Amino acid sequence: MHRMLWKLFNRDMALFMQRKQDIVTVLGFFLVAVALFPLGISSDPELLREIAPGAIWIAALFSTVLALDRLFSEDMDDGTLEQQLLMPLPISLVLLVRLIAHWVVTSLPIIVLTPVMGVQFGLNLDEIVILTFSLLLGTPVLVLLGAIGAALTVGLKSSGGLVTLLLLPLYVPVLILGTSSVSSVMAGMEVTAHFSLMGAALIVSLVLSPFAVATALKITID
Amino acid sequence: MLSIEGLAAEREERLLFSGLSVTLSAGEGLHIVGKNGTGKTTFLRILCGLTSPAAGSIKWQGQDTRLFREEFCSDLLYLGHKNANKVELDCRENLKLSLGVKEVSSAEIDDALHEVGLGLLLHLPARFLSQGQQRRLSLARLLLTKARLWVLDEPYTALDYKAIEWLDSQLECHLKNKGLLVLTSHQTLTMSNTIRELNLGELNA
Repeated sequence: MHRMLWKLFNRDMALFMQRKQDIVTVLGFFLVAVALFPLGISSDPELLREIAPGAIWIAALFSTVLALDRLFSEDMDDGTLEQQLLMPLPISLVLLVRLIAHWVVTSLPIIVLTPVMGVQFGLNLDEIVILTFSLLLGTPVLVLLGAIGAALTVGLKSSGGLVTLLLLPLYVPVLILGTSSVSSVMAGMEVTAHFSLMGAALIVSLVLSPFAVATALKITID
Repeated sequence: MLSIEGLAAEREERLLFSGLSVTLSAGEGLHIVGKNGTGKTTFLRILCGLTSPAAGSIKWQGQDTRLFREEFCSDLLYLGHKNANKVELDCRENLKLSLGVKEVSSAEIDDALHEVGLGLLLHLPARFLSQGQQRRLSLARLLLTKARLWVLDEPYTALDYKAIEWLDSQLECHLKNKGLLVLTSHQTLTMSNTIRELNLGELNA
């Protein structure tokens, strides 16, 4: 069983390696969005420090939504999605593996770049560590929840806008917890509560989301 | 082995067929025929579990396929209208990472590609293949699978006469090895008489 799941993971990795432009698009979007904040708002270092967590988190959030568009649509068009649903494994497990692969390719590079962005905004080491860690906990939740929206709209043309509308209410708590964890550390307060809540959200979505995605896909492919 | 009882299918509130009952034992094939829009593809998708039926049940080895989905899927190979090839990957990678196929060595993959006539194109990304070659790549999975039940939706589409002969011989070989086969095709099958015909259009009338 684990060999088939490994094969599935490798398949997604091989595909991503063939489509590097997808990763570049997502990363480029993240970098440009973050870089535009100082230009659009102000060059005051104190103000920039204050908006940094929000700016980076919002850019990461929209990059995630942007990447979700490709999660199922191509597999649906070429028929490989059907083959995934016919694998002799629980569908939710198959989807969980695909979501992990998706996160590794689309969110992990963003997290790796975050410290650099933090330096650009003049954050200190503590704040950068907290910011990176909050993204490490938060972005999997964004991918897991986002996959439900992507699965529901996979058959539709130009589903991007609809997915965003569906997802934003679900994303708001994650965004608030993520940014306020950094603000708390800036104000010299504890961040354990934020991270506990985000960890709880991650565990709940890790357990429930694959089932929801499986159900949504079965409905759209029917 | 495979028994279908009282199967009915609906599409957008329109009844496609109902009361479809058929049993298939090892070494038997079923050729689904019928006019366009009579529900051939829908029938195959219901059989695989991709679409849910309006009524009826499907049993594989006496077990309901929806309750014992994983056991059923490990015996099943489904090739649909879409070739399920990844256009970015080359022929070899496509077969190696193909999900319907069990673990195979690269020698077996190369042999299979040679047999379907793609031996010289091993490293060509699938996007450069013609329609017929795409289909051949898709059909190469038949050589690598251990599945006992083959469900093929219009497998002859886009194939030239040589490839059709090759496919015929593969299907015949599969049936001889006690495999089961369900396929749709508008073509008259020239194979052995172990393949029964089921006309979905007549079922409605």
